[in-house]
Parts: sequence; C-alpha cells; structure tokens
Amino acid sequence: MTTVARHKSPVSRQATATAPRARERVRPPGAPRRVGWLYVLPALVIYAGFLLWPLVRGAQFSLYDWDGLGPATWAGMSNYSRLLSDPVLRGAFWHLLVLILFYAVLPCIIAFVLVAAMSRTRIRGLTFFRTVLFLPQVVAMVAVAVAWQWMYSADGPINSVLRGLHALGLPDWSRGWLGDFTFALPAVGLVGTWVGIGLAMVLFLAGVQKIPRELYEAARIDGAGPVREFFTVTLPGLRRELAVALTLTTIMAIRNFDLIYMATSGGPGDSTKVPAYEVYNRTFNTGEVGLGCAIGVTLAVLAFLATAGIGRLVEGRDS
Amino acid sequence: MSGSRERIINHAILAVFAVIAVFPMLGVLTQALRLPELDFGNFAEAWREGHFGTYMRNSVIVTTVTVAVSSVLSIMAGYALGTMRFRGATAVFLLFLAGLTIPTEAVVVPLYFDLRSIGLDNTYAGLILPQIAMSVAFGTFWMRAYFRSVPPSLVEAARMDGASSWTTLWRVLVPIGRPAILTMVVLVTMWTWNEFLLPLVIVNSDEGLRTAPLGLSFFQGTHHTDYSLLMAGALIIAAPIVIVYIFLQRHFIAGMLSGAVKE
Repeated sequence: MTTVARHKSPVSRQATATAPRARERVRPPGAPRRVGWLYVLPALVIYAGFLLWPLVRGAQFSLYDWDGLGPATWAGMSNYSRLLSDPVLRGAFWHLLVLILFYAVLPCIIAFVLVAAMSRTRIRGLTFFRTVLFLPQVVAMVAVAVAWQWMYSADGPINSVLRGLHALGLPDWSRGWLGDFTFALPAVGLVGTWVGIGLAMVLFLAGVQKIPRELYEAARIDGAGPVREFFTVTLPGLRRELAVALTLTTIMAIRNFDLIYMATSGGPGDSTKVPAYEVYNRTFNTGEVGLGCAIGVTLAVLAFLATAGIGRLVEGRDS
Repeated sequence: MSGSRERIINHAILAVFAVIAVFPMLGVLTQALRLPELDFGNFAEAWREGHFGTYMRNSVIVTTVTVAVSSVLSIMAGYALGTMRFRGATAVFLLFLAGLTIPTEAVVVPLYFDLRSIGLDNTYAGLILPQIAMSVAFGTFWMRAYFRSVPPSLVEAARMDGASSWTTLWRVLVPIGRPAILTMVVLVTMWTWNEFLLPLVIVNSDEGLRTAPLGLSFFQGTHHTDYSLLMAGALIIAAPIVIVYIFLQRHFIAGMLSGAVKE
C-alpha cells in the first residue's frame, strides 16, 4: 500500500487535487469505475453460490433434527448443546486440542529452537533443505496416511527398531500403534508433527536470514550468550513467522479429516474421533444431519478465531 | 573460533530433519518397487486393479477445469479490487477474505443435500463448482495483492494509449504478472488434486467419477495390508503434484506461506 502511494506520479496527484471532491485525496489509488462490478461479479456469484450459501445453509440445518430423508423438526440450539453434553463429541473436541499440540505447538517449538540455534551461521544448500523439508506439505494426505500406516504397522520400521532395542535388553515397546487405545491418538498426532515441522523450519529459516547481522554482532559485543541472544534478537525477529506457522498448522489440525478417515476411522473405539471426522460420521453413518452441520459450523468458527487470534497473540497489539 | 564446528553441527541438524521428512516416502518407494530388485509389477497391478487410469483421468479433468476457470475469475476480480474504485469494493474484498478460512467440513454436508436436490451429485459439475468457489477466495486475495503492487502509472499509460480496461488487463498486466499467476495456478492445482472430503461425499455412487485420492481410499478398502500394492497406488496419485513441486518449489512455498498473511 505504501509502495503504491510512493509510485504515484505528481501529475496524478495534481489531478486528484483538482477533482471536484477533495475527500478523494485520502482514498486509496485507482480510478473510480463502476465497471469494477462487472469484473468481480462472475467470481462473486460462484463464490457466494457454492461456498457462502452452503455455509448459511449449514447454519440453518444445524438448527434442525434431520435424518437426511424424512421431515426435519426444529431443534433450536440443542445440536450445539450436544457438542458439550454428548461424551463422544466432547471427547472429539478434546482430541482436537491434543492434536493441536502435536500439529502446531510441538513442530513450532522444535523448529524454533533448531533454527534459533542455527541463526549464527549462514546455511549452505538452503534451497535443497527447503525443498526437502517442505515436501510433506504437498503430498496428498491420503498418500501420507498410507505411508504412515506402513510405518506404524506390526512389521513396519518403527516396530522393527523397537524390537531391536528389545533384543538389546530394553522392554518390548512394539505394538500396533494405530490400533492401540492409548497410543493411536499420539501416533496420529506425530504424523501431523512430521507434516508441520518442515513448514515451520522453512518459515523460520527464511525469517532468520532476514534478521540483520549487525543485531547479532551488537548483542555479542554486549557480551550476550546464546540464550540472551535468542530472547533479545532471534525471538523478536521471528514473531511474524511464528504467527504464520502457528496459524497454518492449527488450521491443519482443525481440518484433519483425510488422515483420520484413512488411518483409523476414529478408532479404536472412539479414541481418535475428531470433530472433522464426526461431521462426516454423524451425517452419513448415524443420520444426524443437523448435528453434523453444527459441528461443521463450529469448526468454521474455530478456524476463523484461530486465524484472527494467533496473529494478535504472537505479534502483540502494537502491530 | 568455533565457527566451522558450529556450521557442521547446524548442517547435520538440517540433514537429520531432511532424512526424517523423506524417510516415509523413501519407504514407500522401496516397498512399491520391491527395491533393490526394481520391479514395476506392483505399479502395473495397482494401476489395473485400482482403476487408477480412470481416476487419474477424472482428477485431470476436474483439476484442469477448476484451475482454468478459477484463475480467470480470480484475475478479473483481483484486477477490479486492486486497481479500481467502486461502491462496495471493500465489502466484497472482506467477503472473499472471510472465505480463506472456511473449512470444507463446514460446507460439505449442505453442499451434498443441495446439489443432490438439483441433480448435481455424482457429476463433474458437482465436483468442480464448489472447488472453483473455494479457489476464487484465495485467488482473488492473491491477485488483488499483485495488482496493487503494479505502479498505477502503467495503467494510466495504457489508458492514455486508448486501451480499454479489458485490454489493459490481458495485454499489459497479465503478461508481466506471470510469476504471481503461476504461483496461484500451482497452489490451486495442488489443493484441487489433493482434495478428498468433497469427492468422497459428492461422488457417492458413480465409481466412474472417482478422483485419484478417492480411488486410493477405495483401493485401501480392498487391499488392507498389502502394503507394497498400496504404496504403488499412493505413489501414483501423489506423483503428479510432487513432480510439479520439484520444478516449481519456490512458487509452492511462497504461496502457501502467504496464506496466513493479513492486510
């Protein structure tokens, strides 16, 4: 916005100043043109018809009890209160919280500490590392799910390593991870950590390269050790990147349908049920369409709050 | 100085995480190809039994149409919102911005029932139209940012030469905006190709319309633990995007990381 203003030539500024309404001078640049509506309209129509309207309809459905076939009956807010009273759904939102820890908090902490440790040196082959670290982000989640089912399978690499440790005298930790009531949720969570950690590292690596070297030199001249340097130079310098990484990974955790559907279908029992899966499950398996929609609307609200909130939280109110 | 030791440790850390990032995928590759024997039999079998030919064709059709239409619409909308002033422009922009965070989970159920009632379930249109809607939210946001960065003098010069706003857009601004447009195109391609929940719900009975990720999920349903075959299927459906990513990684990374950027 500022760059655009700077580019504005003196001629056009004069022209604006002589325009009938002086108020226009403070408006953003660009010609006043009603033709703009014609350009916006096609996108707006499809967007409104196939995204906004369904959202409104979803909110409407969520106020009814409906099995998808027969007549719907008015339910008021009861579907929403069931999010709290139904133990399985309450569990699902609890699981979401646990998964946010694995998908967002854990990758950001690990990546942040690692990258902060690297802030003192220039990295060679940055493009290569960036490409590889970011790769999990672009692979279809259904394919990721298949790969990790093999990783966790009875004879997969993780159990092989654990059996190797067992042979060395440690207890036998091998098990069917995704079929285990206690460990299925953390196992799914670690897949999210794996996906998110590269994204966070790429973001922080780019950010850390942009912090002026002079700040580090100044800190060092002041006698700051690695820890002080981290808190006075690296952490403030990477605030923005941290906000972006947390937002993207949290949204990923909220939209966690593909992996659960493919890897566990919410099981064993209800141990990996998450709201994104319950939207589908309640609508199409148990015929609770209104409830499914209420969960969906709640997820949209959560995604919106996460996007709006994390930036404010991390960057502070001043920016 | 401990500089060189520090440098080695740092690169070692990066290398460890790079290995972690690719290990499951290398595992997939070795399983699917039965390395070190290098046997493509799994691919042939998966391709044949999983009907991946049909599913890949469907994904190509859905992705191509979604990307083409949403790109043109996003460029037009972004152009108007970025360079023109008209009543309601800000409100329209905020409306598109709000769409960036709407998860598929929130709209898929009403979409299913409403599309079914107008006969669009189990059709290409039912798969494509909602994905265009999701894509123009990001596309308009992205293209508006590009058009705002264009010096207004360029637009003014074109107009003084007598170019209409339409000609200015397609003859002047779009050609110099190719990098920004390419970023949008690769991202929408990836999101559309990888989308799973929408096809799962919309294509519920017509097997001939399944997209590639949906095909893999049904393939898994019939070959639960035959991992080498499943891995071949996973490779088949992931490969097109991974190949594009290897060539255009800069565009993927820049675009995806800007998704959370606010005004």
